[in-house]
Formats: sequence, C-alpha cells, structure tokens
Amino acid sequence: MEKEKFDYYIKTDKNSWEVVVGLEVHAQVISESKLFSGSSTKFGAKPNTQVSLVDSAFPGMLPVINQYCIEQAVKTGLGLNAKINLYSIFDRKNYFYADLPAGYQISQYKNPIVGEGAVTLDMPYGSKKVGIERLHLEQDAGKSIHDLSPDNTFVDLNRSGVALMEIVSKPDLRSPNEVNLYVKKLRTIMRYLGTCDGNMQEGSLRADVNVSVRKKGEKKFGTRCEIKNVNSIKFMEMAIDSEAKRQVELLESGKVIEQETRLFDTKKNETRSMRSKEEAHDYRYFPDPDLLPLEIKQSFIDGLKKKLPELPDKKKDRFIKKFKLTPYEANVLVSEIDISKYFEEVIKNADIKLAKNWIIVELFAVLNEKNLDIKDSPVSPKNLASLIKAISSGEISGKIAKKVFEIMVETGGEPSKIIKEKGLKQQSDPKELEKIIIKVLGDNSEKVSEYKSGKEKLYGFFVGEVMKASSGKANPKLVNDILKEKLKK
Amino acid sequence: MSDFNKSSLLEIVNLIKSKKVSSLEITNHFIKNIEKSKKLNCFITTCFEESVKNAKNFDAKKNFDGLLSGVPLAVKDLFCTKNIKSTAGSKILENFIPTYESTVTNNLWSEGAILLGKLNCDEFAMGSSNETSYFGNTINPVGKDLVPGGSSGGSASALAANLTPATIGTDTGGSIRQPASFTGTVGLKPTYGLCSRWGIVAFASSLDQAGPMTKNVEDSALLLEAMSGHDHKDSTSINKKKENYLKNLNEKIKGLKIGIPKEYRVENMPKEIDNLWKKGIDILKKSGAKIVNVTLPHTKYALPTYYIVAPAEASSNLARYDGVKYGYRSKKGKNLIEMYENTRGEGFGDEVKRRVLIGTYVLSSGYYDAYYLKAQKVRKLIKNDFDKCFKNVDAILTPSTPSSAFKVGEKTNDPISMYLNDIFTVPVNLAGIPAISIPAGQDNKGYPLGLQLISRALDEQKILNIAFAMEKSIGFKQSLNRWWE
Repeated sequence: MEKEKFDYYIKTDKNSWEVVVGLEVHAQVISESKLFSGSSTKFGAKPNTQVSLVDSAFPGMLPVINQYCIEQAVKTGLGLNAKINLYSIFDRKNYFYADLPAGYQISQYKNPIVGEGAVTLDMPYGSKKVGIERLHLEQDAGKSIHDLSPDNTFVDLNRSGVALMEIVSKPDLRSPNEVNLYVKKLRTIMRYLGTCDGNMQEGSLRADVNVSVRKKGEKKFGTRCEIKNVNSIKFMEMAIDSEAKRQVELLESGKVIEQETRLFDTKKNETRSMRSKEEAHDYRYFPDPDLLPLEIKQSFIDGLKKKLPELPDKKKDRFIKKFKLTPYEANVLVSEIDISKYFEEVIKNADIKLAKNWIIVELFAVLNEKNLDIKDSPVSPKNLASLIKAISSGEISGKIAKKVFEIMVETGGEPSKIIKEKGLKQQSDPKELEKIIIKVLGDNSEKVSEYKSGKEKLYGFFVGEVMKASSGKANPKLVNDILKEKLKK
Repeated sequence: MSDFNKSSLLEIVNLIKSKKVSSLEITNHFIKNIEKSKKLNCFITTCFEESVKNAKNFDAKKNFDGLLSGVPLAVKDLFCTKNIKSTAGSKILENFIPTYESTVTNNLWSEGAILLGKLNCDEFAMGSSNETSYFGNTINPVGKDLVPGGSSGGSASALAANLTPATIGTDTGGSIRQPASFTGTVGLKPTYGLCSRWGIVAFASSLDQAGPMTKNVEDSALLLEAMSGHDHKDSTSINKKKENYLKNLNEKIKGLKIGIPKEYRVENMPKEIDNLWKKGIDILKKSGAKIVNVTLPHTKYALPTYYIVAPAEASSNLARYDGVKYGYRSKKGKNLIEMYENTRGEGFGDEVKRRVLIGTYVLSSGYYDAYYLKAQKVRKLIKNDFDKCFKNVDAILTPSTPSSAFKVGEKTNDPISMYLNDIFTVPVNLAGIPAISIPAGQDNKGYPLGLQLISRALDEQKILNIAFAMEKSIGFKQSLNRWWE
C-alpha cells in the first residue's frame, strides 16, 4: 500500500500555510498524597476536605517533597525516552490569586527533573518523531468557583498542592490530527506506566497549546499565540484549526501576529485574547528556600528502569513480529495496556487470527455501545478464548458463534454452557445430515430436476433449505460434501 | 521566699526538680513581675490562666525528668502556639490563633516548660529596634528611652527585666544577638537547620533560625539542648543526634585558636567598642587561647547581600497574607485585586512594605541576574571566607554590634543607619554558621555591650565553651533598679 502524503495546509487564494504547534501538557501524577503534603488527592471529595495546613499556606508551614511523586516523574521521563536530571531545583512562581494560597506555586524553572526526550507517532504518512523539551514537577492550584453566587467567588483547595507533570513538547506538531495522536500517545505511555490516569473529564490531563503559522517552505517560525488550559483533545483540534485560520487571515491582510495568551471559546469555536505580552505576569521565579535542591542517584533511576512495564512501541513491535499482526491491528491492541493484556490472555488458549478479529470487531463494538472499559468487559478473556476454540474445533459455526457471543455479552456466561443449554452445537454427524438432506431433496424434487438439467444456481437454495431444516446448526462443510454427492446422482 | 529574679534558668529547674519550690510558685512570681512591667510593653499576649493551670498540672505529676521541668517561659510572638494568638507583631495577624504548635515551642513543652505569653517583636521580625511592631515598641529596661534592639526585642527586654527566666527568639540577620547585646544578656544563633523552622512565621527562609536567649551561658546550653533537634517536617532541618550541650559545657579553652578578623574594625566604630574587643582578646589570651589575625575579605558585601536575599525571600513568604484565608481582611475594595491591595496596604507596616517592595524589585525579570543572582554568588563567597578561616582557627571573636542601645525614634527615619546595626551579625546568617553574643562590658553611659563568638557549622559546643570561659573572667553584672515597676 502506498503511503499517503502529509497534507494539512491552510490554503488560500494566495498561499499555502503550514501550522506549527507545540504543547504544554499538564498531567496529574497518580499518587495517594499531594506533592508537598500528606493530604489525599482523591477526586470528587467535598470541597475543602482534603486540605492540610501546608496546602492552605498557614504561617510557618513548610513543604516536604513526596518521594513517590519523584518516582512517578522519573518513570514518565524514562517512558518518554528522556534524559533524567540527577540534580533539579524547585522554584517559586509568584503570583496572586484567590485559589493560590501561598501566593506562589512551587514549580521547576531552570532545572527540571527531566530533560529532552521524544515520542513516536504512527501517521498515515509514516512514523513521526515529536521532540520533548522537558518535563517538570509542579503543584496544582485550588479551584475558584464563580457561578454559585453573583456576589461571591468560592474557593475549593482540594486540588491545591496536587502533583502535576508539565510535559513540554518541541514545536514539532503540524496538524490537529498530529496533536490528537500525540496527546493520545502521551496518555497511553503514562497509563502503561501508571503515572497519570489521563482522565480529561476530571482534569487529570489538560494542555496549553502554542500555535503559529508560516508559509509552506518557510524555515523561520511565525509569532506564536498560547491557548491556555484546553481540556479535551477535540477542543485542542478545534482550537488549533480556528486559531491557525485567524492568524492566516491576519497575515494575509497585512497585519502582524502579537504574541499573547488566548482562551478557546468552545461554544463559538474561536479563540479570544486573554492577555498580551505586555500584560504577561512577571512570575519572579527563584529557588524555593524551603526546599533543598533535589538530588537523585543513578541507582534510583536504574531501579525504576528495571521495574518499567513493556511500553507501547516495544509491545507493538513484538505483536507484529510474534503474532503476525498488521501495524494497524497492533496499534489498536496496544493502545491501552488493558487491551493488550486482554489480547494476550485470550491467545494463550485460542487462535491468534480469530482472536484479534473477535476483539477488534465484535468485542470493541459491544464495549463502545455500552461505553465500557475493557476491564469491565462482560466477556472475560477466558470465555472469549473458549468461544474461539469452539469455532476452531468446528463445534459451532461462525454464525452461531455470534449468537453465543450475544448471550455471553448479556449474561457473562461461559460459551460451552450456553451452547449446551441452547442446543447450538453444530450438527456434524454425517448420517443425521444425510437424513436431512435426503428429506430436503425429496420435498423439492422438481427443483432437483431443474438443477440437474443445468440450473446450477439452485445449489444455494438447497444449502439454505438444509440449514433452515437444521436450525442453522448444520456443519456447512459437511452439508456441502453430502449435498454435492447427492445431487450428482 | 528566695529572690527568683536572681536565679538562672538552670537554678530554677533544679529548685523545681528537687521540689524546693513548686512550678506554681515560680509561675506566679513571673506573672507578678509581668503584671508590674506593662510600661516596658514586652508582651503582645499573656495566657496566665493557662500558665497557672499548666503549673498546677505539672506539680501534680510524678515525672520531673524534663530538661525544663515546670519552668514558665515567654516566647517571641513569631512562634505559632496552639490556641494562643500568634501575631508576628503585625496587624495582618492581629487575631490569628493557630491550631498548631511550632516544633521548637513544642520541644520546650515536651521538656516540661510552660507558656507564659507571647513577646513583642518587630513586624515579621523586620527591624533592629522593635519599633516596627504593630503593638507598639518595647522599652529596654536598661533605660527609659532606649530601644531593646530587634527583632527579638520583646524577648531581650523581658529576659533582662526578669519577666521570664529565659526565652527564645529568631535570628535572620542578628535578631537574637543584637538585642542580647543591647540588654546585657546572652543570645545564640545556632547553625542553620539545627532548630526546626516548622511553625515559625517565616521572614527569610534561608536565613531564619531560632535560638536561646538567656541570662548566662549555662542556660544557653540548656535551652539550646531543649529546643533543637531534627524535624522531618522541615526539609532544611539537619538530621543528626541531639547534643548534650550542658553536660559537655566546660571552660577548658587552652590551646584553642581564636581568629580576629580585621574587616570588622569598621570606620567610625566607637572607641569603647574597640576597647571591649581588646578586652575580649586579652581574656582569651589569659585563658590560654591563641589569638590569630584572620581575614574575611568579603565582609563589606555582607550587608548589601543580606538586604537583597532577605527581602527577596520575604516578598514571596509574605504573599500568603492576602486576606483570603485567615488574618486581617480590609472591608474596602470592589474586586479581588482591590481587596488584596487594601488588605496588604492596611495590614502591613512601613518597614514590611519597604522590604516587600525591595524583594519584589530584585526578583523582577530584568533585575534578577543583577541583584538576586549576584547576591547569591556573593553569599557563597562570604561562606567561603569563613570556611577558609576555620581551617586555621577554632572560633572568631568580634563585637556583636557597632554601638550600644540607641534611643527610641533615633533611627526610625533613617533605614540605612538602622540596617548598619546588623553589620557584624549578618555575615553569620549568610554563611549559615552559629554565633553567640555575650555581655562583655558597658559603654560610658553604662549601657551594655556584647562580644560575638563565631564558629564553623555545628560547633555550638565550642563557642558555648569559649563563651563560658570568657563569662567567668568578664564577670559582667547588671543591676537594674526596676524603674518601670
């Protein structure tokens, strides 16, 4: 198959414009407690019930680093094939806001914990490397709630102090679709590692999107605008598309792009200015004197490396080589660690070719329809394997298998039991089949004569009648053999 | 009844431990003193009811093992104390009642001490005269119109006036040693990280350190032992075994090498300070110590460095006082920004505002490298000076302050001259090393003067021992006629 060519340009009468995107993804670290305090990070608790004196910045309170969050960041760095920095510094980012209790956010500025890395995307036009600039740890702020009362703003500090990883990409992305796949790839990697659940509804993954445009072929980057805090992949795609078009329009009408921070209005599908470069905050970063520089040992990193799971890219290669899957199939089956686990569990006891088809086609359809995670699939890997075995051994036909599968989905039952109870076992006794065939042919003697005198199309009719007579359970191969034999005579 | 005003902390501990007096008797004695001494304005908050209750509870106990058995103590109002107002000398925390106890004060109570009340201090510990306190300035018992120094001025005055048998302060640039020097008492700033900062209202996190303020060196050793110790809640706390400073206290300093840094002989230093210094040198020589001339070449940069680093950290540390969560909130303002501006404008005093402005400025983009970053580099040079020095000497002897206590109002309109008061104390904070100020004499007006001993990090025992030896030879006596009662 020939590869498609990359073709995402904004085309106008005059020009073809290339869109350049870089992402700052904020990923919430999976950890029991916050980055610098012992409070719980559980989502959905009552407002201000998971707040320690540190999180609410009481006088004299001091941050103490949560080592588990460091491990999570290092693991993620390893998953991004990135350089882990043995020495990093926590800085204070100073600004006033009601949901920022200390008046500063502890973040990493000049010396992040993770340096350069890369992730690979499978695009229709070939594989594409997206550079990672850095990953750093920082605290989340609290939440301001403006819509409960016309006169008051309420503040919920449950999220205040929760650990985030900010993953900054290089400006390597060139289309909304690449951004889509990049975010999904990051999410897959982090889910494999167990470092971020990637749940965008709960805000565990959100991104600031930097967009600029330049004429096709131009080497220099255009002036970028940063779209703040976009919290779904769909909105990222929409925001990029509309922002890029806005920039192109401006440039083509002879205006210039001002570097600024913008917001995406999801209802109007447009970005609008939040603050210009002149109005940008001066965060007055400086090393947090309450925290010593973070020094980690190579042995600590090596220890984590040993415990890393097989990551999606490696797993995909293995699936292609070992199980003879197509890249598309492999991609689908490694897209979630639980899907890959499911697949590998099924093929322990069942035919690989049948298994991949059943999972990708039948099972996914059911999961999609029921909006279920594969972990909550009503059909267990063991039961799916039994079903596939029943097909392979000729116990049931593919058609009957679908019926059995439907029942399995509804009841969660074992296929062997269902086949037995419903009497769905394939009729594979030649003597019994012969009896049925003889009866069908006897009942339709006129058509038999027509067939024999040359109307061979009628063959299908006889098969259909036999299947009907056997309630669909007749073994099609045997039916074929016997029927041909009988019609010869 | 004996005169507890003449008793040291250690003597009181021993009296209580041997059951010669009860904790309640001692507590009532100090409560009486405090009640008679309102003129000095040492206290922001007293908690006598609790003190008496705690003293009675203590007396009913069987176990008198604590280092500070049943001793009533007042502490600087920079320490957060559970259920007792903790103001940091500021209007913005005027009614702030913590639900938690600072590690250092908690250590004191664990050793059997009892809280008498909270002592006045410069607002957020920013000041050298106790005149920036929102609760009015404290008077030095040495003289009606004298400042006690600062920022631990309330602590120093209360101690000198026998309103507490000992006390604790904090020292960011000299805030324990300078008031100790001004009031004829002993003040020790420990190695950075020896005493936990958890629960102490932060001024400049990389410099702040709590320490004992006492009538003599023995008490200093005892109180340091009680208050110090590793704390996992403070990431900058040093993880090491607790020392027995009191048990190991001795005056054997023969053969020790004491450095005299020429850079501390500043211009316009009063003759009597110079004479005091010479007197200290003579005493050390007589005790068998060896005097060595040393150089700390970057000393002159210490003060400007300090006045960049400390305000920078303070500007960020004080951002939390915004009226949103606790403390003072202005009723004026139409929106969040105006609420911030009015709250902070009304809640902070001039000196605090000055330092927040300086700090904000030096951290601003475009100025950061020229000020903050450079200051950090100079700070390292200052530390290197000391490191080099301590390769050859065991301790360094300097005056504690360039003058004796000055008059109330004398320097309030001249911040620079006020800042110059910390010229001998600031380098020690920048280097994170320990120093002790002991009373060593009086000037011609009869005001006390102090000498400072500096050592390498964690060498508190050594300067305590040298100070102990010097104290005996100096025989400093201060008799105040309790004019304020």
